[in-house]
Amino acid sequence: MTNSDDNIYRPYSPVSRLGGCTCGQHASVAEHDAAALAATEARATDVETLSRDFIEAAAVKALFPLEATRRAFLSAVGQRTAMAAIASVLPLSSLQAMAQDKGSLEKTDLKIGFIPITCATPLIMAHPLGFYQQQGLNVELSKTAGWALVRDKMLNNEYDASHFLSPMPLSISLGLGSSAKPMQVATIQNVNGQAITLALKHKNNRDPKHWKGFKFAIPFEFSMHNFLLRYYLAEAGLNPDTDVQLRVVPPAEMVANLRAGNIDGFLGPDPFNQRAVYEEVGFIHLLTKEIWDGHPCCAFGTSAEFVQKNPNTFAALYRAVLTAAAMARGPKNRELIAGVISKPQYLNQPEVVVKQVLTGRFADGLGNVQNVPSRADFDPMPWDSMAVWMLTQMQRWGYLKGDVNYRQIAEKVFLMTDARKHMKELGQPAPAAVSPKFKVMGKEFDAAKADAYLKSFAIRKAV
Amino acid sequence: MSVANHLKLRAGLLSGLILLVILGLWYAATATSGATASAAGLTPAQIEYAQMMGQDPSAIKADGFPTLGQMGQTAWSHLSRPFYDNGPNDKGVGIQLAHSLGRVALGFGLACLVAVPLGFVIGMSPLLHRALDPFIQVLKPISPLAWMPLALYTIKDSTLSGIFVIFICSIWPMLVNTAFGVAAVKKEWLNVAATLEVSPLRKALQVILPAAAPTILTGMRISMGIAWLVIVAAEMLVGSTGIGYFVWNEWNNLSLSNVIFAVLVIGVVGMLLDLAFGRLQKAVTYVD
Repeated sequence: MTNSDDNIYRPYSPVSRLGGCTCGQHASVAEHDAAALAATEARATDVETLSRDFIEAAAVKALFPLEATRRAFLSAVGQRTAMAAIASVLPLSSLQAMAQDKGSLEKTDLKIGFIPITCATPLIMAHPLGFYQQQGLNVELSKTAGWALVRDKMLNNEYDASHFLSPMPLSISLGLGSSAKPMQVATIQNVNGQAITLALKHKNNRDPKHWKGFKFAIPFEFSMHNFLLRYYLAEAGLNPDTDVQLRVVPPAEMVANLRAGNIDGFLGPDPFNQRAVYEEVGFIHLLTKEIWDGHPCCAFGTSAEFVQKNPNTFAALYRAVLTAAAMARGPKNRELIAGVISKPQYLNQPEVVVKQVLTGRFADGLGNVQNVPSRADFDPMPWDSMAVWMLTQMQRWGYLKGDVNYRQIAEKVFLMTDARKHMKELGQPAPAAVSPKFKVMGKEFDAAKADAYLKSFAIRKAV
Repeated sequence: MSVANHLKLRAGLLSGLILLVILGLWYAATATSGATASAAGLTPAQIEYAQMMGQDPSAIKADGFPTLGQMGQTAWSHLSRPFYDNGPNDKGVGIQLAHSLGRVALGFGLACLVAVPLGFVIGMSPLLHRALDPFIQVLKPISPLAWMPLALYTIKDSTLSGIFVIFICSIWPMLVNTAFGVAAVKKEWLNVAATLEVSPLRKALQVILPAAAPTILTGMRISMGIAWLVIVAAEMLVGSTGIGYFVWNEWNNLSLSNVIFAVLVIGVVGMLLDLAFGRLQKAVTYVD
C-alpha cells in the first residue's frame, strides 16, 4: 500500500496539486472528478488508509514546499523513479506506522534554540519541512545571539532543547565555565563542515609552521573549532597558548574582523568560511575534514531533567531530528535544503553561499572551484568515543583538571544507545554498537587507551 | 517677518543643504563600485567561479556599502510592510520597534516608581543623602550591559534580564535629579508652608513636587535617552525580538543596507522620545 499511486492526494503526480484540488490528466475537471470520485471515495472511507495517504502526501509536500519544484521534479525524472528515490530518503512506512501509535506527549509546545549556521541544518530544516509537526510537536525555533547565551538559556530552562557545540553538553555537565547541570546529547547535528579561513594577504603563507604570532578567532572555548585548531597548530610545532592568540568571536564578527585585519584567520562554522570568500576578504585554507574526516561539530541535546520529565516528547523530538538528518545526508537534497534554510527567519544568508557549503562544490577564494561532496555531512550518531576525545583535549589544554573517568562521563552525556534504538525504529540503517576508532591527522585514537593518547602529546598546557 | 522666523528659515535651509551634501558624498563614494566585469572571454570554470562569488551580472550581490538606490529599496521594502510576521525569527520592523518600546516602557516605568519616591526621601533628608551617596556614586557609572551576565544568572530569564538592564540604567539620572530638585526647593517656600502648618504629605505634593518637577523631568529625559541607547545593545546581546535583535540579525547577514536602515530608525525613534519629554518638560516649567 505504501508509496502506491492510488494515494488520493496523488503526491507523485506531476500534474496534481497537493492540498488543492486533484485535477489532472482528464480533458475536463468534471470528467476527471466523475472518474476519480468512485475510487477516491472507496479509499478515503478507510480511516487507516486515509491517514497513511495523508502522511505520505505531507512528507512529499515537505520535501518540495514549492509546488512548481515538485511538479518539475516529477515531470523530469518520471513518477516511478521519483517514488523510489523519495522512498529511499524518507522512511515513509515507519513514519506512517509511528503516527498511528504515538505515546502521549507530556509537552507539545517546545522552544528550541539555534545558532544561525549550517551546522544546525537538521534541526532547522525539520521546522519548515514539518518533521516536528509530524511528531505532534509544536516547535518554536529561537535564533540565539551566541553560545554563552545558549548555555545560559539552557541552564535557565528557557529552552526545552537546543543546538549545542558538541563539547558544550560535556562542559556544562562537568560545570566547566558555568554552574553544573547534567546535559545530554541526543544526536550529533553535523560532521565535518568547518574550515580554516585565512585573510587573503596570507595566500602565499600556507605552512602553519610560519604562523607564529597569528591571531585566530574561534566561536567558543568549548568547541570542536577550538580543539581542532589547537591540535592542528600543535602538530605544526606551535603552542596555541603562547605562540598564537586565540580569541572567542561570534561567527558573523569573524568575517568583519578578517576584513578589518584584526585577525589573520579563523576556524569557524559555515556558512561564514564561505561568506569570507564571497566577501572577497579570505580564502579557505583547509577544510576540517582534512584534520579529522568525520569529526563531530554541533550536537542536538537537552537537559537530563527534561528527558526524565518528558520521555515521550523527547522521543518524538529524537525521531523528528533523526528523520531530518537522514534527509540532509542525501546529496541530492542538499540544494533544496540550502534554499529552505537560507531564508531570513533561519540562517539569513545568500542562498548561493549556503548552497556551496552543502553541496561541496565551492569557490575557494583563490580562483578555483573545488568539488568536495563530503565537505559537510549530517551523521547523527553520537559515538561516545568522540566525547572521550573531546575530554582528552579539554584536559590537554587545561580546561579540565585532575583524574577524570572519561568513559563514564561520555556514556552519561552522549546517548548512543537511545540514538541507535530510535534509528532502528525509523527504519534507518542502525550503526554498530561499539564506537569506532578514528584518526586525527593520521594518528589513531582508541577511546580505550585515552590516557596513553593524552600523554603522547609533546605540546600541551603545562600542569 | 520676525527675526526668529527668519533664523528658523535659514537654519532649515542649512539643514537641507547639509543633508544634500551628505547624500551627494554617499552617491559619489558608492557610484564607482557598481561596475561588473563582462562575461565575455571567460572559460566556463571562470564563469562558475564568478557566480559562486556572487559576481553574476544578473544577480544582485547584497554586500559592500550600499548605493543610495539600494538604500532606498531597502527602506521601502521595510516601510511598505512594517508588521509582517514570519515566525519568531523574522518579523517586520514595526513589530520589532513595538517590542523594544515595550521593554523600555516597562524598565523605565519601574525605574520611575523606584527613583522618584526614593529621590524625594534622599532630597528631603540630608542624613540619608550623605549615607547613600557613596553607593549611588559607585553604582551610577557602571555600564548597564555589565549587569547582563549577573542578571541572566540570578533572574534566570533573558526577557526579564533585558528589562532589568533598562531599569538599572534609567534609575540613576532620575534618582540624582529628583534628589537635587527636592533639595533645591527654595527655603522661603518651605518656610511659608511651615508657617501655614501644612501637613507633610500636602507639603510634598503641593509645594515640593511642583517646584522640583522641571528637574525631575530633566532626569527622566536623560534616563529615557540612556534607556533607548541601552535597549539596542541589550537586544543585540540577548536577542529574539526588538530593533536591537534586528540589527544583530542583519549584521549576521553582513547586510549593511539593513543595518543602516535600522540605525536611522533607532535615531528617529530616539528623537521622537526626546521630543515628547521635551514637551512634558515645557509643560511643568514655571517662571519664578
